[in-house]
Amino acid sequence: MPVLDLMSGFIVELRNAGLPVSLTENLDAMEAVKVIPIEDRDAFKYALGATLVKNNAHWRVFETIFEVYFSLRGPEYAITQDGQPDDFWREMQEQMDQVKGQGEGKGSGGGMDSLTPEEINAMLMRALMSGDQAMMRALAKQSVQRFAGMEPGRPVGGTYYLYRTLRNLDLDNMLQKLMDANSEMSKQELSSLEQRLEKDEFESRIEQFKQEVESEIRRRLVADRGAEAMAKTLRKPLPEDVEFMHASRDEMQSLKKALYPLTRKLAARLARKRRHGRKGPLDFRNTVRHSLSYGGVPADPKFRYPRPAKPELMVVADISGSVAAFARFTLMFVYAIQNQFSKVRSFVFIDGIDEVTKFFKSTEDISEAINRVNTEADVVWVDGHSDYGHAFEVFWERYGKDINSKTTVLLLGDARNNYHAAQSWVVKEIAKRARHVYWLNPEPKSYWNTGDSIVGEYGAHTDGVFECRNLRQLEGFVENLT
Amino acid sequence: MKPRFNDVATVRSGLKKVNYLADDGIAGVVFLADRLGKPVLIEGPAGTGKTQLAKSVAELTGARLIRLQCYEGLDESKALYEWNYKKQLLRIQADKNSDSWSEVHDDIFSSEFLLARPLLEAITSEEPVVLLIDEVDRVELETEALLLEILSEYQVSIPELGTITAKQIPLVFLTSNNTRELSEALKRRCLYLHVDYPDLEREKEIVLNKVPDISDNLADQIARIVRSIRQLDLKKAPSVSETLDWARTLMLLGIETIDEKEAKETLHILLKYQTDIAKAAKELSVTK
Repeated sequence: MPVLDLMSGFIVELRNAGLPVSLTENLDAMEAVKVIPIEDRDAFKYALGATLVKNNAHWRVFETIFEVYFSLRGPEYAITQDGQPDDFWREMQEQMDQVKGQGEGKGSGGGMDSLTPEEINAMLMRALMSGDQAMMRALAKQSVQRFAGMEPGRPVGGTYYLYRTLRNLDLDNMLQKLMDANSEMSKQELSSLEQRLEKDEFESRIEQFKQEVESEIRRRLVADRGAEAMAKTLRKPLPEDVEFMHASRDEMQSLKKALYPLTRKLAARLARKRRHGRKGPLDFRNTVRHSLSYGGVPADPKFRYPRPAKPELMVVADISGSVAAFARFTLMFVYAIQNQFSKVRSFVFIDGIDEVTKFFKSTEDISEAINRVNTEADVVWVDGHSDYGHAFEVFWERYGKDINSKTTVLLLGDARNNYHAAQSWVVKEIAKRARHVYWLNPEPKSYWNTGDSIVGEYGAHTDGVFECRNLRQLEGFVENLT
Repeated sequence: MKPRFNDVATVRSGLKKVNYLADDGIAGVVFLADRLGKPVLIEGPAGTGKTQLAKSVAELTGARLIRLQCYEGLDESKALYEWNYKKQLLRIQADKNSDSWSEVHDDIFSSEFLLARPLLEAITSEEPVVLLIDEVDRVELETEALLLEILSEYQVSIPELGTITAKQIPLVFLTSNNTRELSEALKRRCLYLHVDYPDLEREKEIVLNKVPDISDNLADQIARIVRSIRQLDLKKAPSVSETLDWARTLMLLGIETIDEKEAKETLHILLKYQTDIAKAAKELSVTK
């Protein structure tokens, strides 16, 4: 039974991608498949999603893998040119034959081949203008066929073909053209609000078209290489596993999105932990009150819960190029749960150091504060290359007296000191005064103490150096901190 | 047991009849929940109709809705069952002399002295029920374990009485606002449904459906403005219920088409943070 094989391959791939799919969930999915026909692709997808994906952050990954494994299923998704005669292909051909009777006319090559690129472009503009979904899909297919120049067996990634297709379509100028055409068409002058709404609408349509093109390319690649190989090349880390230091712009966006719910959950967990888990002395009054429902027998003793003091936090972060993203995320993270600390102060440095607590105080919007840190903080002393030694020295001079036995100091950075003097005595002095000093390093452990990294020299005086490459590790550390 | 729905399309049209506009995902999962006899865990931002879905399904199937509102400190005696201690006491005192101890003992631990709480009530009920366990993320991790038996086996074990098995399998919905990660054990037993903000067409339909006498044009404009606002980086994006509030406000003010000024003046109905309002007002008036 091919569907069964397909399913098991699909589930193995989900596990490879990092989704925790248990055996019972696997069985549930099989049950679900029994009552939902595979031909109804959307319903099929949601059925699999409901049984296999129990975390919304994993939905994107699931969707991609689903596309790869099931993209050739269902008639309207079939490819319109000849391919190699393997099993997969034959099955698809059969499916296509079935629907031929129903007049599967749209976009199936033929008439469009004679069009010039300009004509296709004009057609695309018309389709985008009217928001005609079927036309957009047909055009996506057509332009991939025309412009991507895909050859079977060529070891090139999908992004290359995507680039080639989109370059020919000139989508960058499309938005402007659409806007111009739109304002010409409407009789009176559009207000700025209306313009804004129109722009959002067109943007979303163009985005939709891009996705059509992308999935068309993916479909063709799957047909060429097979689902497993394709899934492997598309495998991407889950948002919480993306490394701060190597995150692409898209990944940064998804990291940012993942950050907020994560902090909210962490804050709730910490608040709960603070309240529960520890029992204090007997609460006599409360015990007597509850004994009433047992006829005066104190069967249910109540205790007072101690409220441990919240720690004070000082974050000292390197914001030079290579580790800027990491510093930004850690600051966002810390400020998002700042009510778990009695006080948070933050400092940023490259070769000079500046306190940035005020940026966070003056606004509720954390990302705005981070922007101001990046633009307004005075962190350059000589040349704008990391100098931990000098920064620490100045920190000790200016703020060292504020450190007391309640303070926890977090030092963030890769400790790549550009061969300047280390001044590690400062860390030693801080450690003497503060309750704890921790160092968070966004580099993988194997890179520590290589080249100009001197994290070992600083780390010797701290209570611990932690590898903090992704959100998961950062969350784990912060949870233990409070 | 006879399935309640024939196919996904029936669920969808049925829900529409009771004024709940479901998308493919929602209808599909409700259908599956019925066929597989599994509970549905619904997650998503506040105000997207999670609780409403359970209510609407109850209305659609003509079942009684039993609701368990979760909160911190919820325990067995509030969720499952409790012995009616006072009644037991009365029973013992009523005939002190006549019965032997063993008779009384057997007697006071019978179902007559049992107070059924929502979960027990749902499975002992004769008529069809829809069980809604609302905001399940508010209970502690340990309390979650209370739910596991009923969610997977549809039964409740009472030490003094034995196991009570469900007479009919109820449709169970759990909602969560995602303030904490639910346990694997709970998630594994449920179908998962994430209800997100609706897309443009659906939101427009919802507005048209829920706000009487609103014009098509205005509903369209509202849906589009709300979509633009949701794309901004906000502390709290407007929910569907806030969209509806806004639509009603605009109706009350007798506004036919929204212009910039009116949009800005009524933004506080959509957005609840001053920083968000300022940001949205700025964004709506500036075209790039």
